[in-house]
Amino acid sequence: MLKRTPFYEFHVGAGAKLVDFAGWEMPLLYRSIVEEHEQTRKSGSLFDVSHMGRLAFSGREAQAFLNRVLTRNVSEQVVGQSKYSLVCNESGGILDDVIVSRDVKNWMMVCNASNRAKLVKYFGEVRRSTGLDFDMADNTEASGMVALQGPKVIDRLSEVLPIDLRAIKRYHFEAANAVFFKMTVFRSGYTGEDGVEVVLPAKMAGMAIKMLAGAGTKEDSTIKPAGLGARDTLRMEAAMPLYGHELNETSDPLSAGLGWAVDLTKDFVGAVALREIQQGGLKRKLVGLELEGKRIARQGTAVKIDEKTVGEVSSGTLSPTLGKSIAMAYVDANHAAEGTQLMADLKGMNNPAKIVKLPFYKRAK
Amino acid sequence: MSAPTDRKYLETHEWHQAAGDTVTIGITQFAADELTDITFVQLPKVGAKVEANKRFGEIESVKATSDLYSGVSGAVTAVNGALSDNPGLVNKDPYGEAWMIRVKISDAKEMEKLLGVEEYLKRAGK
Repeated sequence: MLKRTPFYEFHVGAGAKLVDFAGWEMPLLYRSIVEEHEQTRKSGSLFDVSHMGRLAFSGREAQAFLNRVLTRNVSEQVVGQSKYSLVCNESGGILDDVIVSRDVKNWMMVCNASNRAKLVKYFGEVRRSTGLDFDMADNTEASGMVALQGPKVIDRLSEVLPIDLRAIKRYHFEAANAVFFKMTVFRSGYTGEDGVEVVLPAKMAGMAIKMLAGAGTKEDSTIKPAGLGARDTLRMEAAMPLYGHELNETSDPLSAGLGWAVDLTKDFVGAVALREIQQGGLKRKLVGLELEGKRIARQGTAVKIDEKTVGEVSSGTLSPTLGKSIAMAYVDANHAAEGTQLMADLKGMNNPAKIVKLPFYKRAK
Repeated sequence: MSAPTDRKYLETHEWHQAAGDTVTIGITQFAADELTDITFVQLPKVGAKVEANKRFGEIESVKATSDLYSGVSGAVTAVNGALSDNPGLVNKDPYGEAWMIRVKISDAKEMEKLLGVEEYLKRAGK
């Protein structure tokens, strides 16, 4: 039996095509992936991201615990601030990528739906083995979460929310008290656009979605619903990694280009291995590819140079914004320079692919 | 869901419409919807041979890549060139403008073996 988010009724009413995603019945699309993608880039979209895990940590040693399991130093985070971070295993492999936010009395963590059970179990083991004194709560199913993304979102939502969204800095959050319920508004997202992610009580989902998106069904609505299909093409253009594609337990944050989210000066699970990887030099790197033609290089596609395999595609799509076939791939470090000409092996056909700078798309500031 | 009653189908979602000894082939709306936004259609050249229940081309969408099958054998007499510039036509008008190939068939009996519309819809699970 698939789990349903508090917005399930909304999806059905809006005509969504629903699919199984990590055990959740989620909207793949409402109208068309490309149309929803373009709507996000030019105006605004609402994504149900309630399937993502929402964990909370509190207690005397919650901060010490987080510093042990996260690659980032959370001691530097101030109240009201969020940071992207990785959770690694002892060999530096990635268990998950998460966003951790510091509130007054506790810490909130948003993790991937597919990794939630694994993380909860792992964090429990760390608590037992270290004896650190903290409480962990899994608030996923008691709450809902929507991402509102696009250039017109901040202005549009400022008309309906009781807080000044423009005053929330990127990767910061604020509590907002609507008439009947409290929500937390984070200035972050996974599309390459400006926008917010809003966490609210599951029971208030129906009321909240009307308030946030209006009806969302009119031809000229500023914000319209968008599904996981568009979320994936949007994040690819913005070169944001996806767990199960760019990230997994055998990839490490340094090779994934996420060194900026790793503090090797502190001790954490995986730090020793990552320092060794750093000192030994990276064997492979995550790069961007632009393919000739319109064919898509999907995950697992071999990347070659002179018929020799030097890498593998982790994600690929036909970019709706650029009209080009784009991909991210792990490539041997000595062939990973920008401008390198490679071949993507599309079912035995060599399709020229050039290494380009990431991200593929950057919004105008 | 519905599909035109004036053609025959393969379980792999291709429709076949006969006019004399020429059969036009395309894919169903159900298939186009499942694939989502179509980004690329690879078709054979005029003169190429196709065989019943064999692959004649490939279709790609934002989400997936899928083979195209022919329900009949024969020589390709026409190919819809519009699909190379505008593969999205398959999503918009799969039974009309987005036809894919025309085949001059060698054995008219092959058409009789294909699925009728009701049987196709039943097997497509709709």
